[in-house]
This record gives sequence, structure tokens and C-alpha cells, in this order.
Amino acid sequence: MSSVLGSDQPAAERHEAGTRRALARLGGRLAGAGPAGTPRRGGGRTGVIVTGCVLVILAVLPLATLQIPWILPGPVDVLNSAGTLEVLGLCFVFAGVAVGFDLLIGYTGLLSFGQVLYFATGVYVLDAALSVWHWALLPAAALTMAVGGVLAVLLGSISLKARGIAFAMVTLAFAQAGYYLIEDNPHGLTGGDSGLVMSTSRLPGMLVGVASTRSLYWLTLAFLVAAYGITWLVTESVTGQVFLAIRESERRTEVLGLRPFPFKLASFAISSLIATAGGMVYLLLVGTAAPEAVASTTVTVSILVMVVLGGLGTRWGAVVGAIVYVYLQQYLLKIAAEPSFSALPAPVRVPLSQPDFLLGAIFIAFILFAPGGIAGLARKRRPAKT
Amino acid sequence: MSTFVAITISGLALGSVYFLIASGLSLIYGLMDVLNFAHGIFLTLGAYAGFELASRLPIAAHAAGFLLTAAVAAACGAVIAAMTELVLIRPLYGRPVSQILVTIGLDLALVGLLLGIYGSNARVITVPAWLTGVTSLGSERIPNGDFVALGTGVAVLAALAWFLRQTRYGIIIRAGAENRDMVRALGINVGRAFTLVFTIGGAAAGLAGLLNSVVFNGGLVDPSQGDQLLIFAFIVVVIGGLGSLAGSAIAAVLVGLVQVYVSFYAGASAGLAQLGNVSVVLVLAIVLLARPGGLLGRTA
Amino acid sequence: MTGADTLAIEAAGLRADIGGSHILQGVDLQVPVGGVTALLGRNGVGKTTTLRALLGLQPASGTIRVLGHDVAGWPVHRIVRLGIGYVPEDRDVFTRLTVRENLRLAETGRQARYEQVYDLFPELRQRSGQLAGTLSGGQQQMLAIGRVLLHERPLLLVDEPTKGLAPLYVSEVIDALERIAASCTVLLVEQNVHVVRKLARQVVVLDHGSVVHSGPVGELTEDDVRRLLGVSGPA
Repeated sequence: MSSVLGSDQPAAERHEAGTRRALARLGGRLAGAGPAGTPRRGGGRTGVIVTGCVLVILAVLPLATLQIPWILPGPVDVLNSAGTLEVLGLCFVFAGVAVGFDLLIGYTGLLSFGQVLYFATGVYVLDAALSVWHWALLPAAALTMAVGGVLAVLLGSISLKARGIAFAMVTLAFAQAGYYLIEDNPHGLTGGDSGLVMSTSRLPGMLVGVASTRSLYWLTLAFLVAAYGITWLVTESVTGQVFLAIRESERRTEVLGLRPFPFKLASFAISSLIATAGGMVYLLLVGTAAPEAVASTTVTVSILVMVVLGGLGTRWGAVVGAIVYVYLQQYLLKIAAEPSFSALPAPVRVPLSQPDFLLGAIFIAFILFAPGGIAGLARKRRPAKT
Repeated sequence: MSTFVAITISGLALGSVYFLIASGLSLIYGLMDVLNFAHGIFLTLGAYAGFELASRLPIAAHAAGFLLTAAVAAACGAVIAAMTELVLIRPLYGRPVSQILVTIGLDLALVGLLLGIYGSNARVITVPAWLTGVTSLGSERIPNGDFVALGTGVAVLAALAWFLRQTRYGIIIRAGAENRDMVRALGINVGRAFTLVFTIGGAAAGLAGLLNSVVFNGGLVDPSQGDQLLIFAFIVVVIGGLGSLAGSAIAAVLVGLVQVYVSFYAGASAGLAQLGNVSVVLVLAIVLLARPGGLLGRTA
Repeated sequence: MTGADTLAIEAAGLRADIGGSHILQGVDLQVPVGGVTALLGRNGVGKTTTLRALLGLQPASGTIRVLGHDVAGWPVHRIVRLGIGYVPEDRDVFTRLTVRENLRLAETGRQARYEQVYDLFPELRQRSGQLAGTLSGGQQQMLAIGRVLLHERPLLLVDEPTKGLAPLYVSEVIDALERIAASCTVLLVEQNVHVVRKLARQVVVLDHGSVVHSGPVGELTEDDVRRLLGVSGPA
């Protein structure tokens, strides 16, 4: 589009032997370039220790009856209260979905606005299987993942025919079509606008009833760990290097003798499957499926905000971003419901009553001043070790 | 088929509203490579501005008053759009992904604010009585609002075409869509053109928001209407080809007609109410499979 | 400033990176006022990048003085408004605009010298309503040059104007440049040594991102040409 430089890039590196080295060089050039960096290598040891500690704390949290005033999101100020555990569970579900989304947008550079479709698939197919056809949990879950996978491959193949912005729009359109289909309540499978309550008749005992809060909490944590683990494995493999290379330049990836399409589709499918699994866990946690909460573009925007807030292309950034986002949102809703809240003057009360406003404002602030997200800020804090 | 003409005019009117939104999106994208998600909020704010004015001025119930309401809606959209460009988009120059993301953030924040101020219950815009009436055309009864929407769409199309062809800034915008750097290298401050396309887009969007509320929504205005419309506008822009004004016009008509025809002729049966909307997505998929750049899109 | 500078362009320590490659590695350039200064060098040494850096189109570090002003960090349009005309390597005419519209864009508000441009390039007058994208390479080159001539500009940056042109157009372009250079300063990037010898007063040779030779054109020997450019005679 703009005038050609006339000077050639040093051609030497194109002829490097060895796909992996060339890929690593291509992907490795991203270190420090733009808002997302590459997977940390040198800082790995500290990262592992910190992650391990955090995981242990989170795992034993349901056993802790600490009383903590003010900051807990549930109605009761006890650390392992049902309210707190449910909110944390929600955080973990979205954190897992966000990490999967980061794989697609942060690592492979594919801006998709339609991942919510696969999340909704996870929620609604499982719900229909359990509540309308009364299947047992495992077969229902298997069916859901299968449907999610087939849908992802099918729609992904079509969507990927378009490049860049057009791709984003197509994914958005498909997700919106899904929303409309759900609203239509075909054959009574989705409950339409009013949603579909999950039937617990065939669920294992530990997931039902009062005692289920802890089991569900651990389930969501397990999902998060699995989603993160899968993402980590993929991004650290050769495939992950190809994703990074595609993100930097598809043309140069082709020069290296690789066809980008199967890799893009793979990234899309993995990300979508993680979202589907997240949808299933969400349903088990929340107990109902409603189109507005699960299939609308609001959810797409939320997940996008989570990942960017945390830091694109950093994996753990997506997790942190999601937890912060969901926690803040739930916390603000709790505050807004308190009786003393309505006593606040209108200019303060109105913006605070809408989590979206605050979250949107924070998001804008980050984009303007801290485009690397929370992960980017954390990176600046420590001296750079290559 | 006695209702065919009425349905067609309805589809064209809907297409006109889509065009009003899509034209701004297309111009902005063509010149700046920015996909402006905040367009939805320009729409909604325009409609609310119209609402606020109409609820305060008794003149709004007359034809002249409606023109004023429309002018205010357009002006509100224009001002918000200009401010968005100056405050949020310009500092992010050179970072197109961040620019897109910031418009998403703005949309999120402002819809939330509107929900806080107005609640999710819709308000009603006061309009002249004839606007909600119908005109008989042979055996068919056509809502007057359809004519207004259609007329506005055609007028804006003509105005934009004239502007792009005949005025200096129109030529700058067309040239900049092709090669921004060369425009700068001719000593022209492209930044002013950026603000200008945002302003134009905002004005058209504000107008579209008002028209949508008044003509297609029974005068109701609520905070989430912008986002719903925006998705269709995006589909129109992609079908027509990103950056092509003519493409947007053609695609807008196509989408409007498809939506209305399918809804009416096939969607009457239960469980298929949304078929019209779904079929639009199908059209998008088909067009993209055949022509990845859209109908009239520039290649890459 | 304190009296007229004798240098139209004075750049020191120009460094520029593109995609991780160090294209310009400390270019020191002096272009005297008046006549043609040629910038020579093989493909890829950074000639075009130098021009773009002077205009602000390419981010670069170092000091840049153009027409008596320190322009480092200025926006492009402000630099150009000091009185610079740019004829890029690929011409960069706007293909979806007509010839007339292309020229109109180059107007700066004062009296535009359409007659002079059309006299110099009669084909442009004939084709003024034609879309620039349908012009031949040579005609596009004439348009690219024509538009910087609409107004008197003290400095022209011209990048390989004869590249890829049929011989008939080459001589037309050379004649045009000769006439133009009589009344302003031209920094001409060229690979065709024959053209350079005909037009230029001063020669600057770039290699690997820095200046390796600078002096009057008369002092440039065939040996120099072979050594510095790796070719002898016309490209």
C-alpha cells in the first residue's frame, strides 16, 4: 500500500537450515516487540514456584474458615462461604476460557469475536442432554465436546477463508447467529429467552445439593489447571512456535515451507474446545443456561477484555485478567445491592452501580497507558532477564 | 401478493438505516484501518439525545420539530465521534489493534453508564403523529416512517458521494484510503481527515439511531439497541467490502431485503422467528466463500 | 536564521532500523543548495530509506537539518511544507483518482502552475480525466513529477525516476529534471550512472548504510564506479 522501500531485508536468515531454529528465530523476534511478549524462559523457575504456591492455597481454600471483612464477594464475610466459593469458581471458569482464547488471539494473532459460540455450545448441549433427554453426565459431556469439536472445525474452516478484520467479523456473525438460534428455542431445546434450568436428576451426588459447593469449586479449579496446562504444552511445542510465526507474518511462514491453514485451524479448534469444556463446567456451577449470560456479544467482549487486561500472549496474564475482571464485577454487584449504597450521591452511585462502566474505563486506561496489561506491568517491575 | 410492495419498501428502509451506519464504518476503516466498535454508542447516544430533546420541546410533535430532533441526534453523534477520535484514537496512532480495542472499551463503558442513568427500561421518543401513520399505495398500506428512513438514506448517500467526488477533503479521504503516507508527503495533515471521517460517521450513526428507534422500534430507545444494530452494520460492511462506500450501499439493500423477506415469508411459523437474522449470516458466509474481499472490496 | 544556509540538507549520524535490520548506520549527508546532488549505491544500501528518513516517513535517530530547520521528530506534512517535493520510487500516484484529482491534491492554496506542468508534460493535459491507475509507467512518472512542480519548491527529493521506463520516457524525464534543477535543489537517488553524470553536480555514494564517497561528479572515476557500485557504465 505505501511506497516500497527498495532495500531488501538481509536474506541470510531465510536460508537457515532447520525448521525449528528458523521458527524459533521468527517467533523469538517477538520478545519485547509490541504489547505481547514471548513465553518467558529465564524467569521460569520463579514462575513455577509462585504458581505452585498459589495453586496450593487455592486448593485448600474451601477448608479455611477465615473471616475477612470488606473484600469478599459473597454475602457472608467468611473465606470459604458458599458465596465466595461460587464467585471464585466463576473466576476460574472464565480464566480457563480466557487462557484458551489467548492461545488464539495472543499467540496465533487471530482476532476472533466468536469464541462465545463454543462456550454457549458447551452450556446448552450439556443442558439439553441432561435436562431434555435425561442422559447421564459422562455421555452428555462426551456428546457436548464432540459437537463443540465438529462445530469448531466446520465453522473455523469457513471463517478462516477470510483474513484479518473480515475473519473477525465472520466469527462475530456466526456467534450472533448462534445467539439467535438459541433465542428461537428450536424443539424446546434451549428454553429461549428465559433459559433452561439444568436438571440434576442424573448428576453424581457430589455435584448436587448443599455439599456440592466445594466439589464444584474444585472442579472449576481442575478445569483451569487443565486449560492452562494444555495451552502451556501447545505453546511450548514446535506447533506453538509456528503459531507465533503465523502471528508475526504468514507470508514468511509460508516461505519456510509450512502451510499456515492447518495450524490456524488447530489453534482455533483447541481454543474452541477449551471454551466448550468451560461452558460445561459453567453450567454445572451455575445451574442454568440463559442466552444473555452465555451466548451474547457481551460475553465475547468480556473475555476479550479479560485477556487484554491480563496481557496478550502471556497465558498467566489471561488467568489473572479473568480473575480480576469477574471478581471485580461480582464484587461491584454485591456493593450495589447493599442498603447503604443507595445513599451515595448520584454522580458516584450511578457509575459504580454498573460494573461495565468501571471495567470499560479501566480497560481503556490500560490500553492507553499499559498496553501490555497486568503482565506487562509486572514485567517492567522486574529487571529484564533475557 | 398484496403486501409485497410494502414488504419491499420496508426492507429498503431497513437497508437505509444499515447504510447510514455502514457508511461511517466503511469510511473510517478505509482511511484509518480502524474498526470502530464505538459506532454502536454513537447510534444510541444520538437516539437518546433525540429523546431528551423531544421530551422537553413541545415542538417535537410537529414536522419541523422532528427535523430539529433529527438534527440534534446527528449533531450529538458527530460531537461524541469527534471527541472519541481526538482523545482515544489519535494517541494510539500506529497501533491499529489497540485502536480497535479502545473502541470496544468505550462501547462497554458508555453502555454501562447509560444503563446506570436510564435503566434498562426503554423510553419513548415523541414524534409527529403522521410519522407513525400509514399511507395507502394502491391496496397496500405503507408506514410513513419507511419513507422517511428511505429518503434519509438516499439523501445521505447522494451527499456523501458528492462530498467524496467534489470537495478537497473528499479527495483527501479517497487518496488517504489508498496511501496515507503519500498524502502526508504532499504536505497534507491527514489527522484532520481522520477527525472528519469520524465526525461524519458519527453524525450518520446518530441519525440512524434515531430513525431506528422511531421507525422500527415504535419510538422506543434503550441502551443496548446500538450494539444489536452494529453487528448487522458490520455484516453489511464486510459483505459490501471493507472500505467501499458503494459496496456498503449495495450490501445494505441486500441485507435489508433478505432480512425482511425471510422474516415475513418463512419466519412466521413458530420457532423460526429469528430466521431472518440467521439468513443474513448465511448470506455473509456465502459471499465470503465466493469473494473473500466482499462484493466490492479492495484486495488486501 | 542568521543568513542563508549554503546547505539545503545537513544530516549527521542518521540511523534507522526496519524490522530488526539496521538499514542506516550513521549516514552523514550534506546537500549544497542549487543543482542536483546524486545519491548512488547498490540495491539495498539504504538510499530510499535515507530519503524517507529526511521526510519523516521513516523513524530515524540523528540530526536532520532541512532548509534551515531542525526537523527531527516533526510530522511529515510539516516537514514537507517547508517547501519539499517528493517523487517516490514507485511513483505512488493515487490510482483511483483521476490525473486532475492527483494534481489537485498537490495544490497548496497559492496559484498552481498547471499551464507550466501541462507544457512540460502534454500527455497529462490530454489525459486529465483519466484514472491514474490506467496510465502507463512513464505517464505515471510524469504525473508524479508534475505534481511536485505545481508550486515552486526549493528542494526536491527524487527517487529513481527512470527505473523501469521505456527509453523515450527516460530522456523526457531527464530533460525535465535538467530544466527543473536550474532553479532549485534536487537530491536524486539513482542507480543509472549515465544519468547521474549528465545531471548531477555532486555525488554521494552509500554502501551498507553509510556514506563511502562524497564529492563533485567530475571527480568520480570509472574505477570509483566499479569499486563502489560493482558495475561500470549505465545500469
